[in-house]
Amino acid sequence: MAEKKRLKDLTFWQKIYVPEIVKGLSITLGNMFKPSFTMEYPEVKFEPPSSYRGRPVLAMEENGEERCVACGLCSRVCPALAIEVQAGETDREKERYPEKFEINMLRCIFCGFCEEVCPEEAIVMSKQYELAFTNREDAIYGKDKLLTPVSQLQDRIQFLRQYK
Amino acid sequence: MEILEIAIIALIKILIIVVLMLLTVAYLVYFERKISAWAQNRVGPNRVGPAGLLQPFADVLKLLLKEDIVPAVATKSIHTLAPILALIVAFGTYAVIPIGPAIEVFGRKISLVVADVNIGILYTLALTSVGVYAITFSGWSSGSKYSLLGGIRSSAQMISYEISMGFSIAGVVILAESLRPIDIVNAQSGLMWNVFVQPIGFITFVVAAFAEINRLPFDLPEAEPELVGGYHTEYSSMKFAGFFLAEYANMIIASAMIITLYLGGWQIPYIEKLGLPEYAVVALQVAGFFVKMGALLFFIIWVRWSIPRFRYDQLMNLGWKVMFPLSLVNLIWVAVLVMLMN
Repeated sequence: MAEKKRLKDLTFWQKIYVPEIVKGLSITLGNMFKPSFTMEYPEVKFEPPSSYRGRPVLAMEENGEERCVACGLCSRVCPALAIEVQAGETDREKERYPEKFEINMLRCIFCGFCEEVCPEEAIVMSKQYELAFTNREDAIYGKDKLLTPVSQLQDRIQFLRQYK
Repeated sequence: MEILEIAIIALIKILIIVVLMLLTVAYLVYFERKISAWAQNRVGPNRVGPAGLLQPFADVLKLLLKEDIVPAVATKSIHTLAPILALIVAFGTYAVIPIGPAIEVFGRKISLVVADVNIGILYTLALTSVGVYAITFSGWSSGSKYSLLGGIRSSAQMISYEISMGFSIAGVVILAESLRPIDIVNAQSGLMWNVFVQPIGFITFVVAAFAEINRLPFDLPEAEPELVGGYHTEYSSMKFAGFFLAEYANMIIASAMIITLYLGGWQIPYIEKLGLPEYAVVALQVAGFFVKMGALLFFIIWVRWSIPRFRYDQLMNLGWKVMFPLSLVNLIWVAVLVMLMN
């Protein structure tokens, strides 16, 4: 950071101000020819880093089963009370599965507690940030919208293993 | 017959100038946004039409469709009068500024200026001073503290800078020995441009012109961070657009005045030595005028996005303690020049 100067510390050329104006003008002129940082959003989309917390999704194994065992920890820890889980039972090796898993995206605050508390790496924050609804019913995401193949979530899972 | 002819010619000139001004103002707003974007490594408006070229029309349409709100405490008649006055002044001033030498059309000699007044410089000075009333009226009549502060600042600023402006112009007038803009341009033939003859006067005039048109670094009457919108805080819809148009029209006038007084008007040095036909010379000179104007307008916008706003007391200090003595020095310099040349 530049040192703060008082009026008496300034040199003669700084006091008459004109050379400083020219300096400032040349900086802005130089910037005019630099490439812009703008991403033209609908056409170009921001690809977030793996530390990004987008909307939470449920991990789905290759065989189409959910990883979630419906322990309900995410629902307990959620500070905004956005998650609702109802457990069901199957004959498969992994006996429990969520019969109903709903996240109310109007309530979700993207804190990532659910992901942190999950013992199965089943609920993961994705990179999706485009969340717009036309009515409140649409904002409640059920299993159909939440289930995402694990292969798409590898980035985040690796990140969690490293830093959690 | 004679009077009718003059009237028709004058009307055509007025039409051309007004249309040109309106188009330039529209695209000036566009370029202001574009240049600011470039200076800040952004893209700027590029959605409406190719490269955003239709943006000004979208802006105007939006402003036309907005509700016109007048505050309950406002003095309605003056509140309405203010933007009208601002616009009249802005467009009226351009009448005396020549954009080219006299040309011959259908055997008639037509000078490329709406009104060839022999006191043109006085006329522009008088009209720009009336422009202050528009701002002060709007500030006073809005019934808002922000507007009032903006109006007061504007009048104080104009008074302090009009003095150095007047003295700088006096230097030009002494050299040209005329108040007619065309004579002043003719007096700067060759490389006798007033920028080179009296550089100090040029600097004081440019600074005063920036202050007169309320552009940064002297845009204290608006000063968004402290005064919300300054004198036009309480304006909306087309009344606001009136002030907006007037501001940009004033930019055009200021650059035209700088060109006429200091940058040799339409003149291109030593163009007559190239041996071009007369119409080509005239066309080149008119083009030269517009190139100079474009460069100056770019400069005004460029300065806006580079230099921060002056504080009120700094502004007054600069006006009275620096610019005013400097313009006096310039006047003495010009007087000495005239004495030596005689």
